[in-house]
Amino acid sequence: MAYSDKVLDHYENPRNVGTFENEDDGVGTGMVGAPACGDVMRLQIKVNDEGVIEDACFKTYGCGSAIASSSLVTEWVKGKSLDEAGSIKNSDIAEELALPPVKIHCSVLAEDAIKAAINDYKSKHQD
Amino acid sequence: MKKPIYLDYSATTPVDPRVAKLMCSYLTMDDGLFGNAASRSHQYGWDAEEAIEAARKHIADLLNANPKEIVWTSGATESDNLAIKGVAEFYAKKGKHIITCKTEHKAVLDTCRQLERHGFEVSYLDPQENGLVDLNKLKAAMRDDTILVSIMHVNNEIGVIQDVAAIGKLCRENKVLFHVDAAQSAGKVPIDVEAMNIDLLSLSAHKIYGPKGVGALYVRRKPRVRLEAQMHGGGHERGMRSGTLATHQLVGMGEAFRLAAEEMASESERVRLLRDRLLKGIEDIEEVYVNGDLEQRVPHNINISFNFVEGESLMMALSELAVSSGSACTSASLEPSYVLRALGRSDELAHSSIRFSIGRFTTEADIDRAIELLHQKIDKLRALSPLWDMYKDGVDLSTVQWSAH
Repeated sequence: MAYSDKVLDHYENPRNVGTFENEDDGVGTGMVGAPACGDVMRLQIKVNDEGVIEDACFKTYGCGSAIASSSLVTEWVKGKSLDEAGSIKNSDIAEELALPPVKIHCSVLAEDAIKAAINDYKSKHQD
Repeated sequence: MKKPIYLDYSATTPVDPRVAKLMCSYLTMDDGLFGNAASRSHQYGWDAEEAIEAARKHIADLLNANPKEIVWTSGATESDNLAIKGVAEFYAKKGKHIITCKTEHKAVLDTCRQLERHGFEVSYLDPQENGLVDLNKLKAAMRDDTILVSIMHVNNEIGVIQDVAAIGKLCRENKVLFHVDAAQSAGKVPIDVEAMNIDLLSLSAHKIYGPKGVGALYVRRKPRVRLEAQMHGGGHERGMRSGTLATHQLVGMGEAFRLAAEEMASESERVRLLRDRLLKGIEDIEEVYVNGDLEQRVPHNINISFNFVEGESLMMALSELAVSSGSACTSASLEPSYVLRALGRSDELAHSSIRFSIGRFTTEADIDRAIELLHQKIDKLRALSPLWDMYKDGVDLSTVQWSAH
């Protein structure tokens, strides 16, 4: 399979690889996928008092397109409000990375990961 | 751009230059050896026939068979189809039950599926965890109406060698025909159709340094095995497979088999040393699993799962190496390798598998580079893997509630 230059770039030089302390009040963690399906993404966001995502990081077990999709969204969510980040669509990711049809599920997973991270953060701040 | 290091000899091999040179002399007017072996009336036909019969003998010699028992085909897939459908159709009055194994090549499995649509019954045996067929299970599966057992000699994905001699004995005792797909074993391990009681055996040229597009089927004469032809026409190959014989292809296959017979022992030893060098070079990497039996396997194939690293991303990282993976992402179906799953390997390990296959033109430097790359890239991908983090934190991944998708 031929990969787009953008997938290769994110795969070779993944952005924002890492882990935030989950106990930290300002951190939201989203983990989606399953090893049995061949991909697991863990996306974390760090949200400031104004409700803006000031940092994001990820780790992904999966194919090159899954790694690229999660790397890309860590770049995209930075500086966005939770609502803005929550409105990122998998089709935007797929288009940016020129994913072929069999890899669309990677972008779906990345969208799910953002939503899961936002929900985790919100559940920590319900009161 | 520099080509990657070729470590995918189980997929196909380059044609040996000695084979290619000989094939070229059977193509043009200059050499005058392009004839149709069915032309009985002139020198061109006689010369082609002579070359083809010499090639046929080389094939037979490698199997301890008679040249009259060799039927030319377009490859192992056609041989499998001809053997299984040919026997099923001819012996349907005797019985309609066939036994095979879940780890067979698709050319056997899909042929069996097709026969099921035509009223045949097929038992698909589960292999043991090491990939080998359980003889007791095979015996238990045999019925009065069983007409054929089809078991491959060497598995294409994991390289394990089935005990075909024991299976052949069991089949003979029970008066069941025995077909062996030997595409991956010919020229790699000894084959003796007499000692092993094999009735039908499929061969391919391109797995042993011959050209693509040509193969053969061994069909036993004593006691005689009958087949219903699948390709009709001029009645070539004693009516079993019509079509003008491709002189240069058959000469190439014959030469490849002749060389294999000559060099098998020394080549196996050389390849085994390279395989051991690779295994030794990566033994310090944690969580590495060899798939398939460690002893009962061909030296040139090694299938390894690198836990917590996904196979396709590892292949991408190993772009300097031409290897293959059992990962779902390498197939259109998004299913991980059915062979590894049949062995009872977890989906995670199946997704994390890479097949290295070594061959005639692999060097020590190739293996050393592969070892170096594996260390670098496994480290890199595990640093990216949330599963590796969890494993290092002592989390038992099988107890985690995953959100399946």
